[in-house]
Amino acid sequence: MDAGSLSCSTSSSSATSIKTRSRFPLQEQHHHFIQRKNSKENLDRFIPNRSAMDFDYAHYMLTEGAKGKENPALSSPSRDAYRKQLAESLNMNRTRILAFKNKPPTPVDLIPHDISTTHHQDKPTKLKRYIPQNSERTLDAPDLVDDYYLNLLDWGSANVLAIALGSTVYLWDATNGSTSELVTVDDENGPITSVSWAPDGRHIAVGLNNSEVELWDSTSNRKLRSLRGGHRQRVGSLAWNNHILTTGGMDGRIVNNDVRIRSHIVETYRGHEQEVCGLKWSASGQQLASGGNDNLLYVWDRAAASSNTATQWLHRLEDHTSAVKALAWCPFQGNLLASGGGSGDRCIKFWNTHTGACLNSVDTGSQVCSLLWNKNERELLSSHGFTQNQLTLWKYPSMVKMAELTGHTSRVLYMAQSPDGFTVASAAADETLRFWNVFGAPEAATKAAPKARAEPFSHLNRIR
Amino acid sequence: MASRTASKDIITLRGSAAIVSEFFGYAANSILYNRGVYPEESFVKVKKYGLPMLLTEDQGVKSFIANLTAQLSEWLEAGKLQRIVLVIMSKATGEVLERWNFSIETDGEVVEQGVSREKSDKEIMREIQAIMRQIASSITYLPCLDEPCVFDVLAYTDTDVAVPFTWIESDPKLIANPQMVKLHSFDTKIHKVDTLVSYKNDEWDEE
Repeated sequence: MDAGSLSCSTSSSSATSIKTRSRFPLQEQHHHFIQRKNSKENLDRFIPNRSAMDFDYAHYMLTEGAKGKENPALSSPSRDAYRKQLAESLNMNRTRILAFKNKPPTPVDLIPHDISTTHHQDKPTKLKRYIPQNSERTLDAPDLVDDYYLNLLDWGSANVLAIALGSTVYLWDATNGSTSELVTVDDENGPITSVSWAPDGRHIAVGLNNSEVELWDSTSNRKLRSLRGGHRQRVGSLAWNNHILTTGGMDGRIVNNDVRIRSHIVETYRGHEQEVCGLKWSASGQQLASGGNDNLLYVWDRAAASSNTATQWLHRLEDHTSAVKALAWCPFQGNLLASGGGSGDRCIKFWNTHTGACLNSVDTGSQVCSLLWNKNERELLSSHGFTQNQLTLWKYPSMVKMAELTGHTSRVLYMAQSPDGFTVASAAADETLRFWNVFGAPEAATKAAPKARAEPFSHLNRIR
Repeated sequence: MASRTASKDIITLRGSAAIVSEFFGYAANSILYNRGVYPEESFVKVKKYGLPMLLTEDQGVKSFIANLTAQLSEWLEAGKLQRIVLVIMSKATGEVLERWNFSIETDGEVVEQGVSREKSDKEIMREIQAIMRQIASSITYLPCLDEPCVFDVLAYTDTDVAVPFTWIESDPKLIANPQMVKLHSFDTKIHKVDTLVSYKNDEWDEE
């Protein structure tokens, strides 16, 4: 539109200005438009009737009108809002932005500062991290019990892997690759239904089919004590919280055992009606997550354990439609829990255990046998059964699949993470134990990678 | 009985200012907890808005927020507060990673003429509850804060506000090309609060 032609007509009313311009043959389009208007024909398919449009007025408002004083009659609500936003974003004269002189205290570093900055610089290289598709190493695991409800693999903080094969617990030292036998239980007591390293990496709890739990010292190969009376049926899940060993049984009970004292049963959590197959303490030791064959996921509060209320649980979560075995507390977000459901459910769900809200649910298409968070990156690893028997690496929180690791030929029942967090061991019903460098290579990261708060003493094991 | 119920639902400027500043105190605590700015051990659980809420036990943060909300009520009662922004920045680089924006619209008539409005406490609480739930669940979509962070609070006030002794003028600490998510609003009929979180794009997800 020609502004020059319009400047002379701005003072006149809009109706007359159209006429003025109709005799001004500068622009073809306008000429046509007037012709059509005069002939009362609308041949334009796209704008059937231009007569309702007021070009002069529009132009005036866009150019001259804005320069002059604001006419209150012309302002519309949307225009007001736009101007307001514009003024706000340009911070024009309306607002004053204030902040306190005294700043809030800076949070205490969970991670030493120098490490966190180098960690930051490492980020670009980590983005191109290569994830090996094959297992780095495969070990034979004959007689591994193919039972979804057991927990037969654990990797301790002293870098020793424990695996129960039938009635025997074997120890595999990851630093030198040597294997040793810890214990073989009698056939009437076995098979072994769970193993779990104490946080010190020296003591190990062994759950048995006969409802007992044994405590062993791995350095002297000596049994320290047996915990009896907590359960009536096999003990398929174990979890340590300092000196408290929590045991979950086929009888649906969860028992807190104080391993230091003679009458070791200190608390019992009742809620599950069927076998407890998943049991994990949060890093802070305040919350316990338990999953059962009754499709329920409970979150228990440590502080509420001793209170004798009817409902001891903090949350009772019914969203899974199959047994809940895979549980993993997020190492970088204290109140975030991931849980995986069995073959009828196939979902990984994320929970805010502070509110009990389900934050996300992802259908994986296959039974979820176990879950592990990457301690060094925002990633989650899940292990699956039929049909692919794969390990899947997910980016969190977007849940984009980063890798699918295949190799196992039967469901991947158990997973354990090395103390440095980089290597994952997986044991499957195909009776193999495989090691994957799925969480990155230690040499790529800084020497002392930021540790999860879960292991306050793990740095001691590092110095050797 | 009827008159008593009615009188309960009347909301004054002072009451509205108290609700808004209290809301901001809880919201700030919740953000600091859920975004992991301070360690989770430094928070304790309380019941508020029909939800379990977390409040910091850290004396420094506690007094910072207490001083802040006291000043905010003063401005709210004068109708001079336009917006509060909680900014989360990288501790190492000072880069702004998240801005929690609480825009406030004040009913001018109430401020000028001292009239009151009607709205039940219950309804306001329900609206606030929805926002608090959204803050708690924001961790699902917000990019993870990989590094140690600090926070600051900006108050946008009218220009005719005298700057209090303990305050200084600040820049808006904007994020270039941010992602934005609008949360629920609540309205006391005197102050309307719109919540919006803007955050830095996560480079990883863009690829």
